[in-house]
Amino acid sequence: MSTLAIGIDRAVVELKMFSREREAVFFSFLFPILLLSLFSVIFSGQFDGRMTAGWFFLPGMIAAGVLLTSFQTMALSVATERDDGSLKRLRSTPMPPASYFLGKVGLVATTSLLQLVLLLVVARVFFDVPMPATTGRWGLFAAVFVLGVFGGTVLGIAYSSLSTARSIGAVVIGPMLVLQFISGVYIGWDSVPDWLRQVASLFPLKWIAQGMRGVFYPDDMSSLEMAGTWEPGRTMIVLAAWAVGGLVLCITTFRWFKRGTV
Amino acid sequence: MDTAIRIRGLVKAYDSLHAVDGLDLDIHAGEVFALLGPNGAGKTTTVEILEGFRDRDEGEVSVLGTDPHRAPRRWRDRIGIVLQTSGGLDLLTPREVLSSTARAYRTPRRVDEVLDAVGLAEKADDRVVGLSGGQRRRLDVGLGIVGDPELLFLDEPTTGFDPQARREFWELIRSLATGGTTILLTTHYLDEAEHLADRVGVIAGGRLLALDTPANLGGRRREQATVTWEEEGARRSIRTDSPTAEVARLAARFPAEVPELTVTRPSLEDTYLGLISPHVQHHTPTEVPA
Repeated sequence: MSTLAIGIDRAVVELKMFSREREAVFFSFLFPILLLSLFSVIFSGQFDGRMTAGWFFLPGMIAAGVLLTSFQTMALSVATERDDGSLKRLRSTPMPPASYFLGKVGLVATTSLLQLVLLLVVARVFFDVPMPATTGRWGLFAAVFVLGVFGGTVLGIAYSSLSTARSIGAVVIGPMLVLQFISGVYIGWDSVPDWLRQVASLFPLKWIAQGMRGVFYPDDMSSLEMAGTWEPGRTMIVLAAWAVGGLVLCITTFRWFKRGTV
Repeated sequence: MDTAIRIRGLVKAYDSLHAVDGLDLDIHAGEVFALLGPNGAGKTTTVEILEGFRDRDEGEVSVLGTDPHRAPRRWRDRIGIVLQTSGGLDLLTPREVLSSTARAYRTPRRVDEVLDAVGLAEKADDRVVGLSGGQRRRLDVGLGIVGDPELLFLDEPTTGFDPQARREFWELIRSLATGGTTILLTTHYLDEAEHLADRVGVIAGGRLLALDTPANLGGRRREQATVTWEEEGARRSIRTDSPTAEVARLAARFPAEVPELTVTRPSLEDTYLGLISPHVQHHTPTEVPA
């Protein structure tokens, strides 16, 4: 069988495992949808007629969802697979290494697309969030989403090498939570102190969230951004740089065997 | 006879410790070969070099005619590896795991046939998490043989098994051997080696100490036999080169059955412990983890 065919089979296996793991489904797949619903209900009184809570939080939740299904899922699963011998077992067969990565990409692409569709449906149907009206906005949306998911996947695989299965949870979820707070996911971006916004600007989450605000928010709200515009070009460049850097890191640091064994 | 594995002057050192220190060994095609040795003897290191997972410092290694460290991916079509542990399968079923693994091989065995061979046909569609330790290990063997390998590596396959499960597992391995698969087995259990292996190699300190059939290892066959019996309330024993004559003498002396009569030769375990005892003293028992 070809590398691609085996890769597709790996993706199917990965999806089976993912869907059978209830914790993963809940904490990375449904989490942003739950939070969006929760925030929309809790903060509904704090918005004037022009913007609703659901509308306000949707871009941030999409951004968080991208990073959860790509970066967090990859970092956790690859670290676990390395330590429990799954990677060694795969390495002992004639499976092409590329098929393994194709399987991971297939898993992340499928889950993040499904999550995105669910998020949009919930936002539109239950919280009346207006969808982007122009093809330009949908184009930006697709580009930010694809770059974000790809970058998150390769960075997550690279990040998995930093720790062992036992402690990878803390090593991933702690920094992710901090990043979500300072990148305008849970707290309005304009409420974050300037120096923290500078820190957040080094990481991709801020740029995914900003790109998504540019897609969903009314044009005049761009005045709340640091630059006073949505900066779509710069967003693309930063996300592309992270994706390429992540890919290089992923290829150069990937290990099939548990630390200290081979 | 064809050679499946050829090792000449193999050396592998970790810092200053020579895990493998000049090992020479030939394993013939079609035989079951057991590699025995204390922890830290260099078994795992040797096997991982043969499997292509580790590089060596010196020496020549050929597995199915190929240097494992430089082997192309297709070389793995012809070998099967049963690892010491294989986790991460809990959420799948044996059929799913085997089918997916089979796709990587050029000429895999039929999944149903493998499920039958390892006795998991009835558990084929249950989640792996619910399998017993023995069933899980049989699934590991299934994963090792689904590619229809010429050479199978079995690393301590029955650790933690109950006696019944071990017997069943041995049957499975013997049936594979009958089918012509070359098997390299590492084990801590001497009875396992005695049951399964055509030849046994004992290594310690990274060197080969003895190499023979289980019955002949370390000159076992030529060792004196021990005849023991009970007389006047005490155990008596005699070491002799002619146990048959000794038993005949005893039979003549006693009016009926000779009480508690046994004739024993040194067990494989006795021979093995005698072989490795000079080595385990000076060696730090640090196993290189799998």
